[in-house]
Amino acid sequence: MTGQRLSVVRYRVPTGVHPPYDYPDYHSTRLRAPSRPLEVLPQRLTELTGPVFGSDRVGELDDDLTAHHPGEPLGQRIVVSGRVLEEDGRPVPGALVEVWQANAAGRYRHVVDNWPAPLDPNFTGAGRTLTDGDGRYRFVTIKPGAYPWHNHDNAWRPAHIHFSLFGRSFTQRLVTQMYFPDDPLFGQDPIFNSVPDPAARQRMISRYVHERTQPHWALAFEFDIVLRGRAATPFEEDDDDD
Amino acid sequence: MTTDGPTDSLGVTPGQTAGPFLHIGLPYDDAPYVVPEGTPGAIRVHGTVVDGAGTPVSDALVEIWQADPDGRFEHPDDPRGAIPARVQGFRGFGRCPTDEAGHYAFVTVKPGRVPAENGWQAPHLDVAVFARGLLHHLVTRAYFPDEADDNAHDPVLAALPPDRRETLVAVPDADGVRFDIRLQGDHETVFFLV
Repeated sequence: MTGQRLSVVRYRVPTGVHPPYDYPDYHSTRLRAPSRPLEVLPQRLTELTGPVFGSDRVGELDDDLTAHHPGEPLGQRIVVSGRVLEEDGRPVPGALVEVWQANAAGRYRHVVDNWPAPLDPNFTGAGRTLTDGDGRYRFVTIKPGAYPWHNHDNAWRPAHIHFSLFGRSFTQRLVTQMYFPDDPLFGQDPIFNSVPDPAARQRMISRYVHERTQPHWALAFEFDIVLRGRAATPFEEDDDDD
Repeated sequence: MTTDGPTDSLGVTPGQTAGPFLHIGLPYDDAPYVVPEGTPGAIRVHGTVVDGAGTPVSDALVEIWQADPDGRFEHPDDPRGAIPARVQGFRGFGRCPTDEAGHYAFVTVKPGRVPAENGWQAPHLDVAVFARGLLHHLVTRAYFPDEADDNAHDPVLAALPPDRRETLVAVPDADGVRFDIRLQGDHETVFFLV
């Protein structure tokens, strides 16, 4: 070692958490999953840093998906809130959280979604916000519907909201989906079931929280998102051969 | 690679595919601009994402993250200090969806060399690819064709099988470089576990 202190940060590599790329039950993986094993990229400065987003990235109403049009969207109004955390429970403040979803009928406002369910002129389905100092975020939206797709015979996606997260570093980047409790469609969904560990699958399911509901206005679901945590040891102490 | 100790308390939230409708939530107008249009010295970094059959992937999203021309990051975990880039409006970050031809394009400035344990890493971009059919995003790196000497001493390239290194080196182009991303098959791009 040169003794140059490159960084005091390093992120743990999760094992058995993320889905494999090659997952034949999800047919779209067939021509898109790499056929060669991943190469190991040791975490250096590019991986240990990442974009820092400011409030200029987020508009005033971006966290209220029911407020983007003159009228209110149809469907069950819900509050989706939670915290962005690292594995050891420390909050991730200032994290950019982006969401997108189908409308209450299960239809996306997108050119390639043309199944016979209605579009809602009052719903686009995109939102973004930054976490506060405690890692908290909050969206107001409507509960998305389930929708059919062509993956297998009579395939339906469980209702879900797509989540995109930037933590503190490129290494913490995560795109996932939030599901709703007790969805009867979980059993036949290859995307949900691509996560190998059943306990890890449960971490993608939000929780109904009656205390967070707003009487005569909205139901409430809680979804905490856990990003890769930092290892305790500094970078250079991990090398035992120098 | 380091080994990880037992998982404490909270488990990591698994990744899931961004799906075919990511355009609703992720692109924004100036997202492909790592530097503002008209920045002196700006280059175009562009390419095509193709699948295992060689078909362009028209519903992918590419993100890049890079050092500034001095090889620094304006970030609290850069031990040299979070120093703003000398290039006005430099973001370090860009995001671009692919079009119907599977094509993406960024406007940026070339990064500088970045320190490594013993020496330097060649100028590079960290690249993340999201798409339907990718259950978790893919990570790769783009290097520059006019940096043969630095590339020859780069620790990441050096650790790869020699016949695969070329997949990470962009090719010269009229106004920048072209970096094609082949998800699967012949000349498959090297993807990383980070």
